[in-house]
Amino acid sequence: MRHVALMANGVRHELEVEPRELLVYVLRERLGLTGTNVGCDTSSCGACTVLVNGEAVKSCTMLGVQADGTEITTIEGLATNGELHAVQQAFHDHHALQCGYCTPGMVLAAVSLIDSGAATDEAAIREGLEGNLCRCTGYHNIVAAVADVAGVA
Amino acid sequence: MAVTETTGTFMGTSVRRKEDAGLLRGRTTFVDNLTLPATVFMAVVRSPYPHARITSVNLDAVRAAEGVVAAFSGADLAQDWTGGLPCAWPVTEDIKMPTHYPLAVDEARFQGDGVAVVVAESRALAKDAAELVEVDYEPLGSTADVEKALEDGAPLVHDDLGTNECYVWKLDSGDVQAAIDAADVVVTRRYFQPRLIPNAIEPRGVLAQVGPTDEVTLWSATQVPHILRFALQLVIGIPESKIRVIAPDVGGGFGSKLNVYAEEALAVTLARRLGRPVKWTEERTENYQATIHGRDVVHELTFAATSDGTITAVKSIAKCAMGAYLQLVTPGIPLLGAWIYSGPYDIPNYSVTFTGVFTHTTPTDAYRGAGRPEATYVIERTMDALARELGVDPIELRRKNFVKEFPHTMASGLTIDAGDYDACLERLLELLDVDAIKADQASRRAGGDAKQIGVGFSTYNEMCGLAPSRILGAIRYAVGGWDAATIRFQPLGSVQVVTGTSPHGQSHETTWAQIVADQLGVSVDEVEVLHGDTAVSQQGMDTYGSRSLTVGGIALYHASQKIVGKARAIVAHQLEVSEDDLEFENGAFAVKGSPDRSMDIKAAAFQAHAAHNLPDGMEPGLEETAVFDPPNFSWPSGAHAAVVEVDTETGDTRLVRYVAVDDVGTPVNPQIIDGQVHGGITQGIAAALYEEGAYDEEGNLLTTTMTTYLVPSAAELPSYETDRIETVADNPLGVKGVGETGTIAAAPAVVNAIVDALSHLGVTDVPIPATPERVWRAIEEVRS
Repeated sequence: MRHVALMANGVRHELEVEPRELLVYVLRERLGLTGTNVGCDTSSCGACTVLVNGEAVKSCTMLGVQADGTEITTIEGLATNGELHAVQQAFHDHHALQCGYCTPGMVLAAVSLIDSGAATDEAAIREGLEGNLCRCTGYHNIVAAVADVAGVA
Repeated sequence: MAVTETTGTFMGTSVRRKEDAGLLRGRTTFVDNLTLPATVFMAVVRSPYPHARITSVNLDAVRAAEGVVAAFSGADLAQDWTGGLPCAWPVTEDIKMPTHYPLAVDEARFQGDGVAVVVAESRALAKDAAELVEVDYEPLGSTADVEKALEDGAPLVHDDLGTNECYVWKLDSGDVQAAIDAADVVVTRRYFQPRLIPNAIEPRGVLAQVGPTDEVTLWSATQVPHILRFALQLVIGIPESKIRVIAPDVGGGFGSKLNVYAEEALAVTLARRLGRPVKWTEERTENYQATIHGRDVVHELTFAATSDGTITAVKSIAKCAMGAYLQLVTPGIPLLGAWIYSGPYDIPNYSVTFTGVFTHTTPTDAYRGAGRPEATYVIERTMDALARELGVDPIELRRKNFVKEFPHTMASGLTIDAGDYDACLERLLELLDVDAIKADQASRRAGGDAKQIGVGFSTYNEMCGLAPSRILGAIRYAVGGWDAATIRFQPLGSVQVVTGTSPHGQSHETTWAQIVADQLGVSVDEVEVLHGDTAVSQQGMDTYGSRSLTVGGIALYHASQKIVGKARAIVAHQLEVSEDDLEFENGAFAVKGSPDRSMDIKAAAFQAHAAHNLPDGMEPGLEETAVFDPPNFSWPSGAHAAVVEVDTETGDTRLVRYVAVDDVGTPVNPQIIDGQVHGGITQGIAAALYEEGAYDEEGNLLTTTMTTYLVPSAAELPSYETDRIETVADNPLGVKGVGETGTIAAAPAVVNAIVDALSHLGVTDVPIPATPERVWRAIEEVRS
């Protein structure tokens, strides 16, 4: 067991984790942050994407012990005082989610993409979301939502 | 057609989704998010061989391992089953129906077939322990090829059946042979549509709790809680009345969760044996091996035509892989396309034959479109082949053969209520600008460009909205096709809707509220839709086959009419007027000619509950249920076009544009319809360009993760151009299904576009998925 201290959605946590424990399971099973989903086990689908120090990371590619000292934002921590983040609101307005399983990862990947300044046009948005798979929407409305927030619609 | 008394305020508008509030905040109830006190975790040990005799299963080491609660072989649990996993669709009288227990006992028949199960105190410990199970296998001969499995001497999947032929099913009408003999042109083409893995992004998961007197609660990532409840009684012998199935938030299905799976029965039986809740979450590789696949069909399709392009006959002969066992509706999947091999065309002579074939592979079953993409693919590809043979424009050939008048009874015997195929095609052509595309194509060809462009069409119709129960009975489906709705006014005027449909992305919480709000004259915000829990929704037939709106939605309409009828009687009684003297508009009953004498429906609801002054003999309360059995299928249609750019040096194909015009009847929520179309199209495009569940000849699955099975991302796809034509379906809301249209239409449009791009080189076909290698080989073949 290793001692890990991290901030998740503004709350400080100290816990003992197994060295083999993936960050996504630390979040889901130890911290109760079940908004982050697991979809593939091979780091292909991006459903488990969270922000680590502000950058999108697939939380199945990172060990819990590597999160020591980091600040993590999951989908539960994205809204402020109950107000949806602009990307969440745009997903709602553009009907960019159906079953909602890929949505937490997709939203956080989009937040990171927009914040990095890389969402410059439709092609860049599509390239930027390449690591996040959605089976319901065909991405059309996701791309529209992200373009709307990025101001490239 | 019935006419509603209230004017629509919400029907036809893009009301934003109620579902999003939780889904966007990560406040979700997907099964893997749920745990109960004392939950233990199940891992399934699966056969690495496509076919092997199980000579021994040694569980000594695993039972001694850390955290292990129990471990069982298939033989250990054999006594628990009162029946095998059910197949509800024995399509012929003499169909071969192998028994399918949740764990294999003597023989594993596909890679991924469960052979043992381990239960431990945590997910990780269960997985660790599963590695310690020692199974001795004696590998046996196997085949994954649907045609080779029918050859003499092919390894048999089920020795006791004596054959791999599961069934032969035929539908004939008119005289196809005479039409072929008399035809000026006969075109026959062969197609293989490979396996597709549905890939709901949420894998399957179950959590089972069993009380001391066998009260079962099963949370499952399922599309079909009601069917699952029914099936569990058959498999585990506990009466349905003691079984509660809950489908909480479910992360997509696409048919893959329209089933009754081994792990559902296993979790229940283990929870019963151990007295602790049992949880299992599927891993993606398990999903690829042990959740059903779609397609895997070889077709030979023939069109006969006169020299002026009139199609006189269609004949289809198909071999359809069942996999190693028959899951819930495996044998019936081809039949879901069997009546539409004439497509949207008027073809008088008709013959369809399906041979179901066992292979040493994961069972096939419903994947989005189920039978209709298979049919539409071969029809629309062969329409282009026929156009080339006749030397006519493929658009003209389609137009010439379209059904023009409705209702139209097809040669296959079913009747299409409404449509306007020409209008869909005309609107598509307006959006597309074929002349500009053809000019670009001509200039690239003249310039000898490496990158060539092509446009392909797919005009389709489909039958969905499963289904009229009498027809289902006639084609040997075991249960009915009706659905149920209950509407309940609470005393203070809010409305609960209980639906027998079970959404997993389809947005029923929003659209059902729209329908009911309009019928009752209340706000969409005052209507709560309850679903997915058999303790709340006692009866229903769940969600698949684009059935929810045209069956469950019409049940809502009828329940609404009953509510309005009872409220009207209460108001008439209290205002001392005749019911006929009341008009109902915008949620209020007013006396004709005296609009100041009125009572709104919420006040009537309160009066119904107070019961101080009801008509003699009326029961208190304002709650009504309707069960609706549709008289016909639903018949969406449309015209789609794809524009592709093909690199003739590398074979790389890029989809440049995709334009879809669909007729899905009167829209409930246009934004949600567009979403369904976008998603459906994408799965069709994926089948055309990217996805293939590949086996080697023996039945070893080669595509075992998302790194080798290519679910497309946003980067591979363009934005889509969509529009609608509205013809009014023959039901009280005028609605048609929409969930599968895009998937049915898209694959042939894309492949026709590739062939069009390469037609000047002499290419007439490309196998799917049209990977760069396959496109490159198709070019090289005609060059050499």
